[in-house]
Amino acid sequence: MGELKETPLTGLHRELGAKMTGFAGYDMPLQFSLGVMKEHLHTRAKAGLFDVSHMGQVIVRHPAGYGGAAQAMEGLVPVDLLGLGEKRQRYGFFTNEQGGILDDLMLTNRGDHLLVVVNAACKGADIAHMKAGLPDCEVVAVTDRALLALQGPAAVEALAPIAGGCEIMKFLDTGIFTSDFGELWVSRSGYTGEDGYEISVPDDQAEALARALLSHDAVEPIGLGARDSLRLEAGLCLYGQDIDVATTPVEAGLTWAIQKSRRADGKRAGGFPGAEIILDQIENGVARCRVGLRPETRAPMRQSTLIYGSEDADEPIGQITSGAFGPSIEAPMSMGYVAASHSSPETMLFGEVRGKRLPVSVAPLPFIRANFKR
Amino acid sequence: MKYTEEHEWLLDDDGVITVGITEHATEQLGDIVFVELPEVGTEVTKDDEIVVIESVKAASDILAPLDGEIVEVNEAIVDEPGKINEDPMGDAWFFKMKPSDPSQIDDYMDEAGYKDFIS
Repeated sequence: MGELKETPLTGLHRELGAKMTGFAGYDMPLQFSLGVMKEHLHTRAKAGLFDVSHMGQVIVRHPAGYGGAAQAMEGLVPVDLLGLGEKRQRYGFFTNEQGGILDDLMLTNRGDHLLVVVNAACKGADIAHMKAGLPDCEVVAVTDRALLALQGPAAVEALAPIAGGCEIMKFLDTGIFTSDFGELWVSRSGYTGEDGYEISVPDDQAEALARALLSHDAVEPIGLGARDSLRLEAGLCLYGQDIDVATTPVEAGLTWAIQKSRRADGKRAGGFPGAEIILDQIENGVARCRVGLRPETRAPMRQSTLIYGSEDADEPIGQITSGAFGPSIEAPMSMGYVAASHSSPETMLFGEVRGKRLPVSVAPLPFIRANFKR
Repeated sequence: MKYTEEHEWLLDDDGVITVGITEHATEQLGDIVFVELPEVGTEVTKDDEIVVIESVKAASDILAPLDGEIVEVNEAIVDEPGKINEDPMGDAWFFKMKPSDPSQIDDYMDEAGYKDFIS
C-alpha cells in the first residue's frame, strides 16, 4: 500500500491528539483522548462527531431526471428506488451475478438526481461498476466535499443552530441547508443505532464546521474504534467483514432492504444482478445465516473464531465475522454466520477461543435498542 | 522495581515477586475488557504465555518473566478489568510468584533502562 490519503480533517485530528491508523487507504483517527470505551458511551449518552470523509459521495444523473436515474440504478441494486420519495434516503447494496454483495450503500432521491454514498474501500470499484452499468447516466464522484457524522441524542441540539430546520427531519429524511459553512447536504441517518446526522460539507469549510460542532458541550470527537463497537452493538454490518461477495443479502439478514416491488410477484420483480439466486433464497430459505452471538463468559470472541454445535463436534457449523466488547451492554458481543439449523435465538453453541470451546448463545440483533427519530 | 521488554513490572518483596503491566502498556492496549489469570500453584517456565488480556482492540499474552510457582493471583482484575487501566502500577497487579532462580530477575531493566526502552 502506498502513502495514506488524508481528509480535510486530518490536521484537526492530529491537533486533538488522535491516535491515527490506516483504514481503506486513509490516515484516520482510531481514537481520541477519551479512548474507545468512553467515546462509545459518550456517543450513546450525548453526541459524537465522526470523520467519514473517506467514504465516497457520488451523483448519478439521467436526462430524464430522478426517475430515469432511479430506473437505471434499479438494474444494479435490489432496492425500490422509483418508489423512494423526494429527499428520502434508503439503504441498499450492489449485488453480483452470484447474488453476492459488492458493497453496501445509501441512496438518496435528490429531486432531479440520485446521490449515492459508498464505502471507502470499494469506492473506485463502485464508480467503475456504475459507469459500466448505467450507460445512459452521468456518474460523477464528488471530490470536493468532506463527510461528517454527528451521532447521539444531543446531535440535534448541536446541529440545529448551524442548519436551522434539521430538527424537524425524521429518520432517513435529507435536505440541503445554506449555512455559515457553505451548502450542507444533511441526512438524518448514521451507523451507530443512535439518532443523528450525516453532513456533507465543502472541503474548505469542513474543519470550521467540525470546530463549531465540537465547541458544543455535548459533542466529543470519536474515532474508528468506537465507530466499530457502536455499529456492532446496533447489529449493523461492516462491509468486507460481515458481508462481502461471498454472502448474499438473504444470508446476511438484509432481506428487509429488498422492498416488495423487487421481490417475486412484485411490480418490478428482479432485474438486478443475481436476482434469480436472491429471490429463490427469499422464497426457499438459506443454508446459513447471519446471527447475533452473546458469549456466555467475559472472553470476547473475535473475527474468524470458529463456532461449533457442541463441545466435542469435529466440524464447525459457523464462524464469527465481527466480535468485540460492547461498552453499553457491558458484555462481549459478536456476529457471524451459522448453519440455519442452529440459528434460532437462545441456541447454545461453542466458540473456540485459544483452543478452548467456550459457550456462546444465539441472540437477536441489534444488541441495543435503536434510538432513531421515526 | 524491574521491567521486562514485554512491559511487565516486577517487584521483589522478600523473595515473592509481584508482576503487573506498565502504564505504557495500558496506554498502548487501550481499555482492557477481559483478563484470564493462571491458577495458584501452577509451575511456570520463563516465557510461558500465562495470562491473556483483551482490550477493546485486540488480545495479547503476558509471559512468565521468571521460572517458578504462581502463589497468588489478583481476582479483582478478573471481575473488573478496567482497574488495570486505572491503576496498573498499584492495585491492578496480575499475580505473585516464587522464582526458582531469583537471580533471573537481575537480567531485567531498571526504571531508567525501561524509560529509555520505551522512548
